Amino acid sequence: MNDNRSIEEKLNKELYKLIQNEQLHSDDEHQFLEAINFKFTDDYSLRLQTIEDLLDRDEQREKDGFPRRIKLGKIVKQNKESNQVVIVPTTHEPKFYHDDSYTEEDKMGGAGEGEEGEVIGETPLDPQEGEGEGQGAGQGGGGENHEVISNAFDLGKVLTEKFNLPNLKPKGKKKSFSKYIYDLTDRNRRFGQILDKKETLRRIVKTNIILGNIEPGEEVDTAKLLMNPNDAVYRIMSPEKDFETTAVVFFLRDYSGSMQGKPTECITSQHLFIYSWLMYQYNQNVQTRFILHDQSAKEVPDFYTYHNSNVAGGTNVYPAFELVNTIVNEEQLARDNNIYVFYGTDGDDWDSDGRKTLNEIDQIFTYVSRMGITIAKNSWGGSGLTTVEKYIQNSGILTSRPDLIRLDSFPAAETDENRLIEGIRKLVEEKVR
Amino acid sequence: MKLLEQNVKTIMEECKVRARGAGLKFDDESLEYIVTNQDMIELSPKGMISTMYNYWVNDVEILKGKGQYKLYPHNPFETVINSRPAISYYNDNNPDWMNIMIFYHVLGHIDFFQNNILFEHTWKDDFVGQALADKRLIEKFRSNYGRWVDYIIEFSRGIDNLVGYFTKLAKMNLPKNMNPTPKLDYYFSEFLEKEINAPITEFYKEIDRFNKLLESNSLIAEQIFFSDIKKIYPEFESKFERFTAIYSEQYIDIIEFIRDNSPFLKKDGNDWMRAVMNIVRDTAMYFAPQIRTKTINEGWASYWHDTMFRSDDRISGYESEYAVLNSMVTSLSRVGYNPYAIGLRLLQYVEYLGDTGKITWDFQKIHNAELRESYDSKKKEGKQYLFDVRTNFSDLMLINTFIDQDFVDFHNLFVVGQRIDPQRGKMQYYVKSRKADDYKKMIINNMYHPPYIKVDLSKTNDSLLYLKHHFEGKQLYKQYIPETLMGIEFLWQGNNSNALIQLETTEIIPKRDNNGEILSLEYRPVLYTMKDRKLSKRNL
Repeated sequence: MNDNRSIEEKLNKELYKLIQNEQLHSDDEHQFLEAINFKFTDDYSLRLQTIEDLLDRDEQREKDGFPRRIKLGKIVKQNKESNQVVIVPTTHEPKFYHDDSYTEEDKMGGAGEGEEGEVIGETPLDPQEGEGEGQGAGQGGGGENHEVISNAFDLGKVLTEKFNLPNLKPKGKKKSFSKYIYDLTDRNRRFGQILDKKETLRRIVKTNIILGNIEPGEEVDTAKLLMNPNDAVYRIMSPEKDFETTAVVFFLRDYSGSMQGKPTECITSQHLFIYSWLMYQYNQNVQTRFILHDQSAKEVPDFYTYHNSNVAGGTNVYPAFELVNTIVNEEQLARDNNIYVFYGTDGDDWDSDGRKTLNEIDQIFTYVSRMGITIAKNSWGGSGLTTVEKYIQNSGILTSRPDLIRLDSFPAAETDENRLIEGIRKLVEEKVR
Repeated sequence: MKLLEQNVKTIMEECKVRARGAGLKFDDESLEYIVTNQDMIELSPKGMISTMYNYWVNDVEILKGKGQYKLYPHNPFETVINSRPAISYYNDNNPDWMNIMIFYHVLGHIDFFQNNILFEHTWKDDFVGQALADKRLIEKFRSNYGRWVDYIIEFSRGIDNLVGYFTKLAKMNLPKNMNPTPKLDYYFSEFLEKEINAPITEFYKEIDRFNKLLESNSLIAEQIFFSDIKKIYPEFESKFERFTAIYSEQYIDIIEFIRDNSPFLKKDGNDWMRAVMNIVRDTAMYFAPQIRTKTINEGWASYWHDTMFRSDDRISGYESEYAVLNSMVTSLSRVGYNPYAIGLRLLQYVEYLGDTGKITWDFQKIHNAELRESYDSKKKEGKQYLFDVRTNFSDLMLINTFIDQDFVDFHNLFVVGQRIDPQRGKMQYYVKSRKADDYKKMIINNMYHPPYIKVDLSKTNDSLLYLKHHFEGKQLYKQYIPETLMGIEFLWQGNNSNALIQLETTEIIPKRDNNGEILSLEYRPVLYTMKDRKLSKRNL
């Protein structure tokens, strides 16, 4: 782009702003501008809307009686060094299209050697989406990657502001960080930003006592007082270490065989949203820990592994919570942090009365800020309560400690992004609705 | 975005001279721009037309494209748009030698746009200019009517794939005396068949009778013909009048019908909505041929960049780089469909068939395999056939006509099947069939083909818009039916709906055995009804 063009562009932008602000009212002027320089509306980049604008529009759609259209999707790239996730808006344009699901078996052609019937390649059966809409199980990203963090922060902001997720109240545990804020805390004589009157007066009095202008017990004649320039004390701007609330979030999920498909998709998507929302709430000071369990539990290093692991094992819930307790105790995490535990399952547990699990939960209650349990039911599970739901409800903790634990359950197959976000609200809200 | 440097433009002009020498035909003027990848991302949702009206869906696509680019950067080499003058974009990362090859590719596209008859309706206008005027109009509406403009765009776009593109093309070149008079048309195609259920013999007898009258007395044949009919069927005249009363308005697609007949759009102050619908419809008409000529157009451009660049002295020093680039673009995929590859090979096949005389009837009636293989008329008419195909064929015609067993065998093509290997948890891909018919069927099945939906005029009135989907073996995609009908309802009745929108279609219900395998398919006619933005469905 050459210089002329960029000047022209600036001019156009200014003109455009003017018109946007309706400082030019008359149609004539508008047409005049259009006539001399039509480009001000023609620069396609000028009108590009941000995700926020688009979501505002979507909210308006609902008020107008039309369904929402914008979903938040994620594009994932996985390689050995890093797993990157980019959050993007997606939409679709509904039209009448042909549906090929029953009528068309073959969708692909090929070329090259091979007899009829010969296998020429294979791919793993697990969904391997590169790009997907909100609830799609993508290939997740590692927590240490900056890109994931900044995007998750953006998503969290959007979730908080646009989907009206509640704001968290920090519980008062604070920890200094290597982050500074600037405040008028230092003092300086002779010059500065704001005169510290009290301190200045004190110094003037001191000086004049030394000079003998003020005698103890006598009335002060202010007209006699002298002022040394050094007596003027000012406040000046200086960097101060900031204090911020930090959080440690444990994401736990069941990765046993029964979780394959939709339940895993729901849980991992919801956990990605929760992670994003906490990133925003705690201004990025969130540490995450990921725990997977089948019959036994293990900690995994990053979201990617957390997201993609699948195993065909049985289900014991308590080891996951046990591991949380072990980590918190060993690393003394409860001392300086708000601790959150989010657990996702399809509701299956071999320990049908949940005694061990409930014991572990009781321990977690001693330090946790909020514990959220999501149950994404399998379609074949019937409509009744799942094992985990049963024993948690029977124990009465949901009603006795609603400040500490919440439970949300839904059929995985019928769940969309909005339901997942609604679920987050249920899990994290201050008050029970 | 900036215009091509003068010295590079000179190279382009030289390419034009050589391309013309090889037989390509195109206008003298063309515009070339150097663009960045970012420009491409921002332009592609608008079909690369920078003057296209703004619309929020495009913004979503741009944001998505930018996100995608962050993780998966890519460098499209060029894009050509069908405008007057033709505009082409070149990536600023292209080296100069590559641009020479790309110029030939682009000239192939321009030649195709300006000579293929599927584009005939775009030849007289410059769409870029028209789009600019449309864009300004829409901006003006936006300042008056706000977001409602976007709703009208959205709902019109909901039916813009149903534009009567082929009807429009057919009408453009139809000789005036080709169609029978409305009365004759009604008698033969409606009255005999539907009103009196005449047997097919009666039908032929009547045609014969009319033809004889025409031979003996062409001027008053029709008059005599119908005076006889009046005697046999006294009700004919009144039925014909009723029919013309309903069907007199000739519309060619749903957008047009709604635009002209919707009670909501006819209300005072809603005129602007019709203008918006028109813009959406014109845009869809403009893009309609492109999606139907992707394979042949890319094949044609690839054929020419290969032919022209390999014989161009400016290739020297870059032969191996060119070979790599060319095979990246035009090699057959092991699995998948590459329109550049199949298009190029089909056109090369057409040229071979023409050169050896194998397109002729003389060849086609030979059954002896050896004779067939060694057949060569030495007529060398391949180029001529190529240009004929370029002028008259779409993707469907090219594929349907020229994919045969020889072609499939020569290029080792096959249909890929998929099956699950449950033990190893893998999806397997295997060679399912090497039969030309299967291969052809697979490609045709995957080609762009919007459903055929018309307004049923005999059932439609102000309070009922009745749409009929003519079932072609595929049901409609169910998830999109409610929202699309909701949009149509708004266009027909606005916010205060007293009307019904009905859609008659056919659903496929699979019957499965205990293992979930499909045993057979049941075809069930159903009627969707949209009222007050609520959808209901019943069996017919």
